[in-house]
Amino acid sequence: MPDKPRVATCSLAGCFGCHMSILDIDERILQLIELVEFDKSPIDDLKEFTGRCAVGLVEGGCCNEENVRVLQEFRKHCDVLVSVGECAICGGIPAMRNNIPLKECLDEAYLNGPTVHNPRRVYPNDPALPLVLDRVYPCHEVVKIDYHIQGCPPPADAIWQTLVALLNHRPVDLPYEVLKYD
Amino acid sequence: MSEFEQTVRQICSAFKNDRTRMMDIVQAVQARFGCVSGEALDVIASAVNTTRVEVQSTVSFYSFLTAQPKGRIVIRLCSDPVDEMAGMEPVARAFEAELGIRMGETTPDGAITLEWTPCIGMSDQAPAALINDVVVTYLSTDKAREIVAELRRSGDPRKLVHRLGDGHNAHPLVRSMVHNNVRRKGPVVLADLPPGAALRKALAMSPVEVIRDIKTARLRGRGGAGFPTGMKWEFTRQAEGDRKFVICNADEGEPGTFKDRVILTEYADLLFEGMAIAGYAIGAREGILYLRGEYAYLRPLLEHVLQVRRDAGLLGRDICGKRGVEFDIRIQLGAGAYVCGEETSLISSCEGLRGDPKNRPPFPAQKGYLGCPTSVNNVETFCCVARILDRGPGWFAEIGSKGSPGTKLFSVSGDCAAPGVYEYPFGVPLADLLRDVGAEDVQAVQVGGPSGQMVGPESFHRRLEYDDLATGGSIVVFNTSRDLVHVVARYLEFFVDESCGYCTPCRVGNVLMLRKIAEILAGRGAPSDVAYLTGLAECVKFTSRCGLGQTSPNPVLSLIRNFPTALEGRIRPPAGEFLPTFDVRRALADTERLVGRPSVIYAP
Amino acid sequence: MSETLSFTIDGVAIEARPGQTILQAADDAGIYIPRLCAHKDLVPFGACRVCTVKVNGRPQAACTMPAAKGMVVENNTPELLEHRRRLIEMLFVEGNHYCMFCEKSGNCELQALAYRFGITAPRFPYLFPDRDVDASHPDVLIDRNRCILCARCVRASRDLDRKGVFQFVGRGARKKLWINAETELAGTNAAAEDRAVEVCPVGCLLKKRQGYATPIGRRLYDRRPIGSDIESRRPTPTT
Repeated sequence: MPDKPRVATCSLAGCFGCHMSILDIDERILQLIELVEFDKSPIDDLKEFTGRCAVGLVEGGCCNEENVRVLQEFRKHCDVLVSVGECAICGGIPAMRNNIPLKECLDEAYLNGPTVHNPRRVYPNDPALPLVLDRVYPCHEVVKIDYHIQGCPPPADAIWQTLVALLNHRPVDLPYEVLKYD
Repeated sequence: MSEFEQTVRQICSAFKNDRTRMMDIVQAVQARFGCVSGEALDVIASAVNTTRVEVQSTVSFYSFLTAQPKGRIVIRLCSDPVDEMAGMEPVARAFEAELGIRMGETTPDGAITLEWTPCIGMSDQAPAALINDVVVTYLSTDKAREIVAELRRSGDPRKLVHRLGDGHNAHPLVRSMVHNNVRRKGPVVLADLPPGAALRKALAMSPVEVIRDIKTARLRGRGGAGFPTGMKWEFTRQAEGDRKFVICNADEGEPGTFKDRVILTEYADLLFEGMAIAGYAIGAREGILYLRGEYAYLRPLLEHVLQVRRDAGLLGRDICGKRGVEFDIRIQLGAGAYVCGEETSLISSCEGLRGDPKNRPPFPAQKGYLGCPTSVNNVETFCCVARILDRGPGWFAEIGSKGSPGTKLFSVSGDCAAPGVYEYPFGVPLADLLRDVGAEDVQAVQVGGPSGQMVGPESFHRRLEYDDLATGGSIVVFNTSRDLVHVVARYLEFFVDESCGYCTPCRVGNVLMLRKIAEILAGRGAPSDVAYLTGLAECVKFTSRCGLGQTSPNPVLSLIRNFPTALEGRIRPPAGEFLPTFDVRRALADTERLVGRPSVIYAP
Repeated sequence: MSETLSFTIDGVAIEARPGQTILQAADDAGIYIPRLCAHKDLVPFGACRVCTVKVNGRPQAACTMPAAKGMVVENNTPELLEHRRRLIEMLFVEGNHYCMFCEKSGNCELQALAYRFGITAPRFPYLFPDRDVDASHPDVLIDRNRCILCARCVRASRDLDRKGVFQFVGRGARKKLWINAETELAGTNAAAEDRAVEVCPVGCLLKKRQGYATPIGRRLYDRRPIGSDIESRRPTPTT
């Protein structure tokens, strides 16, 4: 089938749990393969976009500049962008640092933490390491997000039903039992 | 028992260990020890038979009360936009430089604390500050240096007053540099009345006849809401209860308002006369003057006026010789909380509680102070009452406009040649007032303070009256050089600081509105922001529990409605993928500094 | 039989007993008005404003407004639902509500209201306030990150437990739940059995060692929206 809609996925500051949930759709995964083609995604290990995508699924919030760059790419290449899971929507566990001053976070992580060995007492600053942001940002505070699928992780049904609705240009209307924040 | 505990217990027992007098108790403890410490909380709680956390709850509510020691001298600079326009920023910097501390800090020797406070009722002589109870006006950077030098030398803020103000500001019990700035006198409020003249006429009538006169005069409350005074009194009179109260709301905290200051300074007799008449009319033997903490410098004078009236038989038992007519007034000093101008918050405060508003119904007329029927009226309203009884309701009703009889005091400040207090008949066009105050090149007028509305030249023909441009009296003028979005941000900061935090919309909604306005000011506005702000503002207005939250969105709403280009001019359509509110450079700046290298992806 | 007052909610005729609030009368009639601070065993408080209805065209909190004869109450209108949705979103962004590890998740009234309103993300920015946790007490935990300042615990401790353990300090955005002790809950006479702990609608006051007791799927609001119990009381109209 030549014109299958393309779908991209990524995990920013997340735990890949939402991706596990994407894959947790049991035998429907065969239907999924029929329905879409994956572009940039950890599922097919494509590192960069190869073309325009109908839907982008974003797991995780933005905790560093690399997350921001990827999210920016997703917004650029995807018609519809979906925040998947608590971290993408509210920052999640990583956002627990948001009420701790940045310096305290870095000090604890790199200088003073109980398992840290850092005799020179410098923050890692190799250019290959993305710089962390002043705080963790939910995706919709960085770029425009069109839909949010709640859950930690969202139930496979929620992801599946949302994706199918979006690809068929139907309104997303999840049943009560499927909208959960945990 | 330690000496500390003994002293605190003595203070409590001076107020009969009555927990409803908590405001007086904690103020006295703070006056004696500089703060209401944890130890003091325990002693007070035990003395008045309540819990420690209840006492702490009250203390923590008011900005003039503190649990931690502050400097022996507290300098409170007025943060109002009018003071800022008059040059407060460099004055604040001068104080900081001279004291070697930042705003909100105390000098290392514990001598002086420097902090901001909202409008202190001196907008006509801005920039102004409170130094302990002493008001200092017309500040400049030079004066800031002199003030610090004098405070360091003598440690006595009273020594800062060299030239005394006019009228009773020079009274030995006041000795203040404050000026009345009375610019236009009218026949109702700013006019003399021999003490007792109106009261005797009232006592010659029956209470019901007095109320009938107030109704015939069609007097409406001067605080801004405009509720018919006679009706309020009638409800209170008819409510069941042996004990009833008259409360005068002298907590004028609306930024830009200072007309009650002038009444309290020069016409306290007129006010107390009106209160006594109210007491007679509704059958109350007790009255309370709730005086805002910022006006504490007027308290000795007011106590004196009360005593003179007692001595003259105008207060106390058998008033004017009429057997069985009894009425007296106590002064309840506030402690820095705008919300206490809301009548049910004011009652909470009088009861020694946090200044939280109460649920209505029941209304104060049925269940007010200590659960008793209570009439709360504005300072100016009581003055009108006395005049109506003296000159007759017909005379009063002839003045002003049809729906708004009588006169109104306006506190005018901001960009005008003659800021001060003006008494006009109701119905005066705003344009006439602007001409009289010498306002030129006017961009906007804030009518009724931030809780009122901001109007532009297309509304200057409108009339100042209840049915058109209603106002409690605050008129702030902004010329075309002023940034109205900035003014709105300042007003929102005020509401955020002054919200009691009881209900969700006011506690959270104002913070969210301020955040959005601040983002727009910082150049991070988006086209969707107008709809966002409108929706938020309408929710806060609609669902808030008391007048504070029901009016706090007004600056935002009137900016959007009356000055649409002010916001739109700052909003650009978004470019690129990022939302305008997200600034990746800003998000990385701290890390770049800490790690010591610039971003590779988002290099500057 | 005592006298009743009749009024309408969204056009439906309701009978209230004298002294009942609009909310109480609506509950009895099987009409759910969303609420957070209101609780059947506590005096009305009127803080969350989620129960705001229109009474004769004017906004009123249904939990504090006494029912009166002839009142015309609007409850389920797009305008009111929109205001309520905003209030719920405000409470979410005001605190730090990490549902994914909260012991109360599934039984939380704030979360359940958000489910009922189908909220997938708040339109307001998260404020990420700095709030503290008090784990000093052997049996009760306070996590102020989750507090919505509804004062249920304040009222329950004062009126039901007769202990006065809780009260608010500060005002405005700095207002916070505090305890009748110098620093910690351990310094009070609070106990795990206190009604104050039980009535917390969110995960702010919790009995220790009781978390996650109910499996997912069997928790209070997993399958049926909050308010369903009230709505099930509504008599089915006879035709």
